[in-house]
Amino acid sequence: MQTTKSRIAKNFFKHKLGVIGLIALSIMYLLVIFSDFIAPYSYVTSHRNFVYAPPSKIRFFDEEGNWRGPFVYGMKKVRNPVTYRLEFSEDTSRPVPVKFFVRGEEYRFWGIFKTDLHLFGVEESSDVAMVLLFGGDRFGRDLFSRVLIGGKVSMTVGLVGTLISVFIGAIVGALSGFYGGTVDVVIQRFIELLRSFPRIPLWLALATILPPQWPSTWVYFGIVIVLSLIGWMGVARVVRGMVLSLREKEFILAARVSGVSNMKIITRHLIPNTISYLIVVSTLSIPGMILGESAISFLGLGIKEPMTSWGLLLKQAQSLSELEAHPWLMVPGIFIIVAVLSFNFVGDALRDAVDPYRAVEKV
Amino acid sequence: MIPMMFFISVICFVITELQPGDFISQYLDNPRISPAQIELLRKNLGLDEPAHVRYWNWIKGIVTRGDFGYSFAFQRPVGELIWERMGWTVFVALGAIVFQWILAVPMGIYSALHPYSFGDYSLTVVGFIGLSIPDFFLALILMYLMLQMGATSVGGLFSPQFVGAPFSLAKLVDLLKHLWIPLIVVGMSGLAGLMRVMRGNMLDVISSPFVTSLRAHGLDEKTVKRHAIKNALNPMVSIAGTELPNVFSGTIIAAIVLNLPTMGPFFYNALLNHDQYLVMTFLMFIAIITQIGNLFADIALAVLDPRIRMS
Repeated sequence: MQTTKSRIAKNFFKHKLGVIGLIALSIMYLLVIFSDFIAPYSYVTSHRNFVYAPPSKIRFFDEEGNWRGPFVYGMKKVRNPVTYRLEFSEDTSRPVPVKFFVRGEEYRFWGIFKTDLHLFGVEESSDVAMVLLFGGDRFGRDLFSRVLIGGKVSMTVGLVGTLISVFIGAIVGALSGFYGGTVDVVIQRFIELLRSFPRIPLWLALATILPPQWPSTWVYFGIVIVLSLIGWMGVARVVRGMVLSLREKEFILAARVSGVSNMKIITRHLIPNTISYLIVVSTLSIPGMILGESAISFLGLGIKEPMTSWGLLLKQAQSLSELEAHPWLMVPGIFIIVAVLSFNFVGDALRDAVDPYRAVEKV
Repeated sequence: MIPMMFFISVICFVITELQPGDFISQYLDNPRISPAQIELLRKNLGLDEPAHVRYWNWIKGIVTRGDFGYSFAFQRPVGELIWERMGWTVFVALGAIVFQWILAVPMGIYSALHPYSFGDYSLTVVGFIGLSIPDFFLALILMYLMLQMGATSVGGLFSPQFVGAPFSLAKLVDLLKHLWIPLIVVGMSGLAGLMRVMRGNMLDVISSPFVTSLRAHGLDEKTVKRHAIKNALNPMVSIAGTELPNVFSGTIIAAIVLNLPTMGPFFYNALLNHDQYLVMTFLMFIAIITQIGNLFADIALAVLDPRIRMS
C-alpha cells in the first residue's frame, strides 16, 4: 500500500500545474481559516465616510521621499468641479501608519473566544482613515474583509457538497453494481432521468425552493444540498462500473463464502477499493460546485446578506454604471477564478497520478 | 422515451410545487387588495385546486391540445412566449457552439501534434482558465473592457436605435458588433473540455497502427494528417449532441448579465414570480432537448462510423 501511495505522490508532484494549484489552495484555505483574524474590519460594519472608497494605496515613502514604513493617507472627499461628483482624495497632511497586530473591532475567533487583535490595520478611527486593500462597497464595508469571510462559504461549499454527493453516489453506485438485475435497471433509469436536466436551470429552480425567511446557516446547507443533489449521479456511474468488475474478484467470493453480509461486503470491501477514484472524482467535481454556488448567489437565489460569498459580492458589480465607477468590485471574481483553477489543476494532476488509464472521465 | 417524458414532467411539477408560495403570494402584502379578492384571483387562476388536479389538467392540456399552460405574469399562453424567444436563444447557442468548435478542434489538433511542447502547455492553461471563469464574471469583465474602450452600448444584441428597426445591413453590422461578447462568454466554458477530448482522440489515432501503415505506404505527411484528423473527429460527434442542451442552459446566466432577448432572463423572472407553468414548461423543454440531443448523437455516430453501424 505504501508503495502505491508513494508512487501516486511522486506522479502527482511531477505535474507542475498540480503542485502550483495545491500551493494556491493551501494559501487560500489558510486565509479562510484565519479570516476573522486577518480581516482588518468586521464584514458587517459600515463606515459611512468610506462608501465606495477606492482601494487604499499603501505607501512607504512620504512626500519628501523619506522612508516611514507602511502607511496610508487619510481620506477626504472633494467635489469634482466638472461632474460635481464626490470623489475621494488623499489627505497628504495626515499619514496614518499601518501596523501589524493592532487592536480593532471585537470579534469571536472561530466563535470560541473573544478578541480584538487583527493581523494588520490602522489605529486611527474609521471616520478618518482606513486601510482598504480592495476598497469599500456601497455601505463602506471593507471589501477585503468581506472577500475573506465570503471565502468561508465559497471555499467550503464545494468541499461539503462534494462529500455529500460522493457519499450518495458511492452507495447508490455500489448497490446498483453489486445487486445488478432490477435494482440496477431502476437505479440507472432514475439516474438517466435526473441527468436529462442540465445543471444550471435545475440548480436555479431548486434554489428557489429554499424559503426566503431561513437564517443564513440554513440557507448555506440548503445550497450545499441543492448542489450535491445534482452532483452524485456521475459518481454513481463510475462506482457502478468499478463494482461490476470488482464483484467478480476472488476476494469478494472469499468474503461471501465466509458468510460476510452483503452490506458489509459493500461498505468494507467494495467501496474502499474505489476510494482512490472517489478522491479524483471529488477533486474534479469541486470546481463545478464552487461555480454553481457563485452563480446561484450572484443571481440572488443563494447566500443572503449580511452573510456573503464571492458570487454574492459580485452581484453588486452587476450594473454597468457601478462597474464603471467602482471597478474594484470585481476583485472577488479573481478569487473564484484562482480557487476553481487550482482545484482543476489539482484534480487533473491527481487523475493522471491515480488513474493513468483514465477510467474516470470528467464527471 | 414516452415514460421518460412522463417522469420528467412529474419532476418539473414537483420542483415548482415545492417552491414556497405561489403567484398570488406577492399580492398578500399589498394593502389595496383584500383577502376576498385574493381568493377570487386564486380561483380564477385555478390555484385553489389540489396539486394532483392541477398536474392532471396541465398534462391533459399538453397531450390533447398542445397547450402548455398559461403564464400568470404575461397573461398569455406559455407555448407562445417560449416560442417567441426561441429564435434568439437557438441563434446564440448555435453561434457559441460554432465558436467553440472552430477554436477547440484546431487547438486540440495542434496540441496533439506537438505534445508536451510549450504551445501544448499554454493552450492547456488557456483552456483551463476558460473553464474556471464563471460565465457571469467573464461577461462583466468583457463589458467593463468595452466601456473602458469607449463603447456606449454594451449588452443586448442591438444598439437601442436598432432594436425595433427593420432588417438592414447596418442592423446586421450592429448585431455582429454585439454578438461576439455572448459567443465568447457562452462558448468559453466548454472550450477546454472539447479541446482536451480532441487532443486525446488525436493522440490515440496518431499512435494507432493504421497511421503507421499509411506512412509505410509512402503517403505524404499532409495526407496522413488528413486521415488521422477525420478519424479523431468521429467520437466528437457524440459530444456535439449533448452539447446543445448544455450550451442552451449555459446561455441562461450569461443572458441575464448581458441582457439578451433569450429565454434565460425569462426563465429567471418566471422562477422569481412563481410563474409555475412557464417554469415547468421551460424545464420540460430543456429536458426534451437533452433527450433529442442524445438520440441525435447516437444516430449521427452510427451514420459516420460504419464500425458502430455493424455491431
